[in-house]
Amino acid sequence: MIKLIVLIAGLAIIGFIGWWFFGKHEVAAQTAEVTDNVQEVDVDVNGGYSPEQVVLKQGVPAVLNFTRHDPSSCLDRVVFPDFGINRALPKGQLEAIKIDTSKAGEYQWACGMDMFHGKLIIK
Amino acid sequence: MSITARFWVSLVLSLPMLAEMIFHPFGWMLPGGEWTMLALTTVIMAVSAGPFLQSAWSSFKKHHSNMDTLVAIGTATAYFYSIYAMITHQAVFFESAAFVTTFVLLGQVFEERMRNNASSAVEKLVNLQAKEAEVLRDGQLVKVPLDEVVVGDLIRVKPGEKIAVDGIITDGQSSVDESMVTGESMPVEKKSGDRVIGSTINSNGTFTFRAEKIGRDTMLSQIVELVKKAQTSHAPIQKLTDKVSDIFVPVVLIIAILTFLVWYVFLGASVANALIFAVSVVVIACPCALGLATPTALMVGTGRSAKMGILIKNGEVLEAVNDVTTVVFDKTGTITMGKPEVTDVVGNHQQVLTVAASLESASEHPLAAAILVKATSDQLTVPAASDFKAIEGKGVQATVDGKQAFVGNDKLLIDYEIDASLKQQVQQLQDEAKTVVFVGFDHQVIGVIAIQDAPKPTSKEAIAALKSRGLKTVMLTGDNQRVARAIADQVGIDDVIADVLPGDKADHVKALQADGKVAFVGDGINDAPALTVADVGIAMGSGTDIAIESGGIVLVKNDLRDVDRALALSKKTFNRIKLNLFWAFVYNVLGIPVAAGVFFAIGLTLSPELAGLAMAFSSLSVVTSSVLLNKAKISTNVSSTTA
Repeated sequence: MIKLIVLIAGLAIIGFIGWWFFGKHEVAAQTAEVTDNVQEVDVDVNGGYSPEQVVLKQGVPAVLNFTRHDPSSCLDRVVFPDFGINRALPKGQLEAIKIDTSKAGEYQWACGMDMFHGKLIIK
Repeated sequence: MSITARFWVSLVLSLPMLAEMIFHPFGWMLPGGEWTMLALTTVIMAVSAGPFLQSAWSSFKKHHSNMDTLVAIGTATAYFYSIYAMITHQAVFFESAAFVTTFVLLGQVFEERMRNNASSAVEKLVNLQAKEAEVLRDGQLVKVPLDEVVVGDLIRVKPGEKIAVDGIITDGQSSVDESMVTGESMPVEKKSGDRVIGSTINSNGTFTFRAEKIGRDTMLSQIVELVKKAQTSHAPIQKLTDKVSDIFVPVVLIIAILTFLVWYVFLGASVANALIFAVSVVVIACPCALGLATPTALMVGTGRSAKMGILIKNGEVLEAVNDVTTVVFDKTGTITMGKPEVTDVVGNHQQVLTVAASLESASEHPLAAAILVKATSDQLTVPAASDFKAIEGKGVQATVDGKQAFVGNDKLLIDYEIDASLKQQVQQLQDEAKTVVFVGFDHQVIGVIAIQDAPKPTSKEAIAALKSRGLKTVMLTGDNQRVARAIADQVGIDDVIADVLPGDKADHVKALQADGKVAFVGDGINDAPALTVADVGIAMGSGTDIAIESGGIVLVKNDLRDVDRALALSKKTFNRIKLNLFWAFVYNVLGIPVAAGVFFAIGLTLSPELAGLAMAFSSLSVVTSSVLLNKAKISTNVSSTTA
């Protein structure tokens, strides 16, 4: 009887791991608010980026405020390959990154090792 | 707490347990036994491994997993199982948790050290800009900050000042040192109507120019932008490891749970035994050796090359070197000395040189410097000249030994006659792409001096070595085809691309990349974009800081033969990395089924301690293999210098 419970529990955990890591999950997205003709979005860096998807208005100057709380050295840089930006993110320090919003499109950003990703949508 | 501090904490606290492991067979016991281990490991888990757990947890919440996840689960399982084992009086393996933490942190310390060298090339480029300019406003010359200069402004530049922005000279003339942008060591003569480049340095005259391009449109800004883009566009090779680790971690966890279930539920093992198998799987799957494979080989390989005066900046360069098929060279300063030198003296050698040196002794002109160097090396006594007078656009005249004397360019021939044989010699020298200076004494031409930026003596051997590797060699230069071809033939270069504008070098490199990977060797700022665009950028040590920062490999000794040595060493190191990764994978892939008890029937099992030991041993073998790289033979085709 105990063995049956353990078996079911074990399989449940396996199922959970599969669903948790391989399943489709909604990513946190955020649309920037425009104030005084500047749009700002705060991005929290902790085990990835939140939000992972940022939507910006075309033509309005934009600033992304990155703050890293994660101790992992994996996330200590943020790279926007399309904009030529490669910035160090000292832990616990706000880094404001200006984004050129003149061209609409979808742009990727990533950590220095290209392991964690975020997406920037300008429209 | 920094990674380095975490590493030291875990290393120091692991040492007593290492001693226990080594001396246990000889009857030595760690004072306090398991309790001491528990205490030491608890500190390591809290201080050194804590951030792994924290990062693994925040990744987990976002449905991600990474190296930290494995490390966290591996060490935490080993730690908590050991506490359980202590209670049930079974063998503990606290040391596995401690060693795993230490090894992983060691890898990260190496990694951090390498990544901290991330270049600040872009900031240095921006710092080259002039800070202010003297602008004509309302008929008055006023100093204004650079960002207040607008297109159409008339700007005055005095000797020694930096030119603020790009523009066209409207009045005055001077020679301008453009080496920081073009890499061309010879100052360029500029007169009314000529273009000037912002951030270059005016040397001797004063002139006024009209601003044409400002801010982001200037040539320097364009180069800055190119370098920036090129730097971040590197597709990191970690993509594959990332893919693997994204699947690897959950898969290992699933295998571990399955192992437990199979043993406990279906084969009737006790909870403790089934857990031992599961824990063994997690411990042996810890990607320690995988993590160490690359950084240790890099450390040793780059250390060894550094001793030889070859600085290799990162692992991507090492990888790229393997597939290079074409080596492209910049001419000035790379293949040639970058310093003009006297090559021929026609006429009475001593007299011609003495007169020329005496006239040029007060001049700052680079050709004058070449003549003075020659006169000094020939140990000539140069008489002082007096009554200097410039012959407008032609040269200079003065009184030497009481007689009129002059030096200058071929425009002097309007005033002075030369005979046919000298004329022919002059033409021949010019065909050899040499600059010719006429020397006159007592109202007649007594001879000519030919000056050339000669190839380095080692260039020929260096190119031959690369060609014997089967590589194609190409020279890129802003010089005209004739000069370029003459130099290329002297050193044995296959192809020449001449008349290249400074900004177009990167495009030519890109075009060559269509046929395979390209290594670019250069030294000037204008080489920086090409150095970054090329699969392997090799900067000469004597070059500008920007070039050095943009290159993936820097040759400190400025010896072109080091290109071949750099290629040989990079290949060797990269092959060792591949070997390491192969063994590390084998350990993990073969180790998992063994740890899971698949071979239990034939008596082959791994207890968690053995799994931990195997894991440590795999790391050790990988590190040993890396250290042996120091002894490996490097095959080059160039004569060896002291390593």
